[in-house]
Amino acid sequence: MANSTMDSTVDPRARIQRQVENSLRRRHAREKRFRRFGLTAVMLGLAFVAVLFVSIFSRGLPAFWQSTLTLDVRFDPAVLDMGPPPQAQPEESPRDFEQRLNAWNFKLTMANWNTILEDALISAKPDLEEHRRQLRKLFTSGAKYRLRDMVAEDPSLIGQTRRVKLLADAEVDVWVRGNIDRSLPDARLQLSPEVRRIADQLHDDGILNVSFSTTLFTNSDSRSSPASAGLAGAFMGSLFMMLVVILLAVPVGVASAVYLEEFAPKNRLVDLIEVNINNLAAVPSIVFGLLGASIFINWFRLPLSAPLVGGLVLSLMTLPTVIITTRSALKAVPPSIRQAALALGASRVQTVFQQVLPLAIPGILTGAIIGVAQALGETAPLLLIGMNAFVANIPSTPFEQSTALPVQIYLWQGNEMRNFFEARTSAAIIVLLLMMISLNAFAIWLRKKFERRW
Amino acid sequence: MKMVDPEVMVQRKDDRQQSPAPETVKISARDVKIYYGETQAIKGIDLDIMENEVISFIGPSGCGKSTFLRALNRMNDTIEGCRLEGSVTLDGEDIYDPSLDVVLLRAKVGMVFQKPNPFPKSIYDNIAYGPRLHGLAKRKYDLDEVVETSLRKAGLWDEVKDRLDKPGTGLSGGQQQRLCIARAIAVSPEVILMDEPCSALDPIATAKIEELIDELTESYTIVIVTHSMQQAARVSHRTAYFHLGELIEVNDTETVFTKPENELTEAYITGRFG
Repeated sequence: MANSTMDSTVDPRARIQRQVENSLRRRHAREKRFRRFGLTAVMLGLAFVAVLFVSIFSRGLPAFWQSTLTLDVRFDPAVLDMGPPPQAQPEESPRDFEQRLNAWNFKLTMANWNTILEDALISAKPDLEEHRRQLRKLFTSGAKYRLRDMVAEDPSLIGQTRRVKLLADAEVDVWVRGNIDRSLPDARLQLSPEVRRIADQLHDDGILNVSFSTTLFTNSDSRSSPASAGLAGAFMGSLFMMLVVILLAVPVGVASAVYLEEFAPKNRLVDLIEVNINNLAAVPSIVFGLLGASIFINWFRLPLSAPLVGGLVLSLMTLPTVIITTRSALKAVPPSIRQAALALGASRVQTVFQQVLPLAIPGILTGAIIGVAQALGETAPLLLIGMNAFVANIPSTPFEQSTALPVQIYLWQGNEMRNFFEARTSAAIIVLLLMMISLNAFAIWLRKKFERRW
Repeated sequence: MKMVDPEVMVQRKDDRQQSPAPETVKISARDVKIYYGETQAIKGIDLDIMENEVISFIGPSGCGKSTFLRALNRMNDTIEGCRLEGSVTLDGEDIYDPSLDVVLLRAKVGMVFQKPNPFPKSIYDNIAYGPRLHGLAKRKYDLDEVVETSLRKAGLWDEVKDRLDKPGTGLSGGQQQRLCIARAIAVSPEVILMDEPCSALDPIATAKIEELIDELTESYTIVIVTHSMQQAARVSHRTAYFHLGELIEVNDTETVFTKPENELTEAYITGRFG
């Protein structure tokens, strides 16, 4: 009250001025508060991403380095006891020759590779002779097959000595790198005291080394030889699925979007289709997995676990994304361009394909690639069509059994050899993330390349 | 707004004497009614457009002049829910005949829009698009010639001849509009429809376009919708006044602006509404 009487004595303009100033101060405070709030949110998000990346990379990167034993392996003929590989005889049928060859290969597989491995170690460190029975535990079981493959490829190796890098057993790897608490009681350590001692000794002598290993990229999954388990199978599976998605979801999606946006009459039916496409984009992905299982596998009798089926399911899942992004890309093309082309006597198809689509291409490509990237990272629907099966070979066609990168991550994460597979899981995540990042970078590059002003 | 300066009128009138008097009917509209869904935008219009004349459509906003213009090359077809009753003929042929190819019609009746809308392509490709579309020029040499002639006719050649491969969208607004006119000319239309071609341009660019329209009269029939009465007075032989979907008055431009027959026309041109 006192204020208002005082105000009335002052010049009314000054009073308004002061009121504005007061309100301004409040406004500025509000703006500052909001800006700070937004900045905090962004920082928080960035911090989470940073934590994620640091944790994944610090865990996953070591998996690219593995314990290996560098040894001079002598392919002792006395131990292997192998004759020369069979040669095709003029008088025998191809089938007979194949049988003989298979028999030879089988004999090669069954040869006493453990002794060869043990001999190689002992020749490097003769005092290990007394622990001969323990030595085979140092190698991953894949090491034998590695040697076998070398001989199968070049039988003249028998009788010769070669320097070979062989992967150490997964548990030895864990022990040598200190990924397990060394103070645990014997009963809870995975290796016997003797093997632990030998491993440490070999490590000190420089025979057992931790070195960069490409097995993660070249091998497929393995259970009997976890140290040589790789991502190649899953990677190929994901690649095939991506191909199927690109060849199926992108053309079908773009074509439907072009039709709906440029040619379809506006009526109830089209409205219904539109609403349902938007709804499909929100359907949980596992439902698409069920759909795929019942249609592609139970009805069409397509093979279980095949990347083809995976790709089909992921295509169904990606279609709505592709359609929606393509439509918004088409909508963003100014109508004046369409009118210009139509007024020059272009038909609607010509207008769309010669003028509108080229302008929408950056948007369409971005949408398509984001859709494909989304499909690449999808796990749930693949579990329902058998892609979580353990597959030990690398598929060479989309019809062969396979798994996929995200599924491989899921499988490894659940593996019982946790302290070995934790690193592998993170390594697989790194590979998957790199694939995603390169796809997105590709999308950005395409966008920049095709972007035009209008 | 003041009445148009009669002196300008007289001067323009003299210029026009040189071109042959428009006599043959090019486009004839009879009892044309256009509906957007339930709303009727055009309420029965009869109008003859003569060969090689420039006719202006004027009238307040929303009077249907643009709608009627677009009916002349069936650009209204692209608008959902738009339909037309009555008949429109071009050289005696019904352009709404279902058997008529709309592509052919639009090749004969070109259009220039309110906002310059060059394709985001090179200047050359902008002009060449129409001829390529209709297969008018088979060889590169012929196409080059069409591009040059069209740009020359549009008075743009000297300004762009050194940068034909540069994007058409990089030109100034006025140049873009002349590019659009050149693009329309490139398919050798008989009629050119212009929907407020200068409304987005500055006075100098406008003057250039008006000059261009004057030159184009020799070979084309031009229908122009404009909000500027001075422009209508300067460029057109005849002027049609539209009001709420009806054609109120059509006459020689001079007559419309000096002795309008209808009081609505008079009210509009003297600036009492609009």
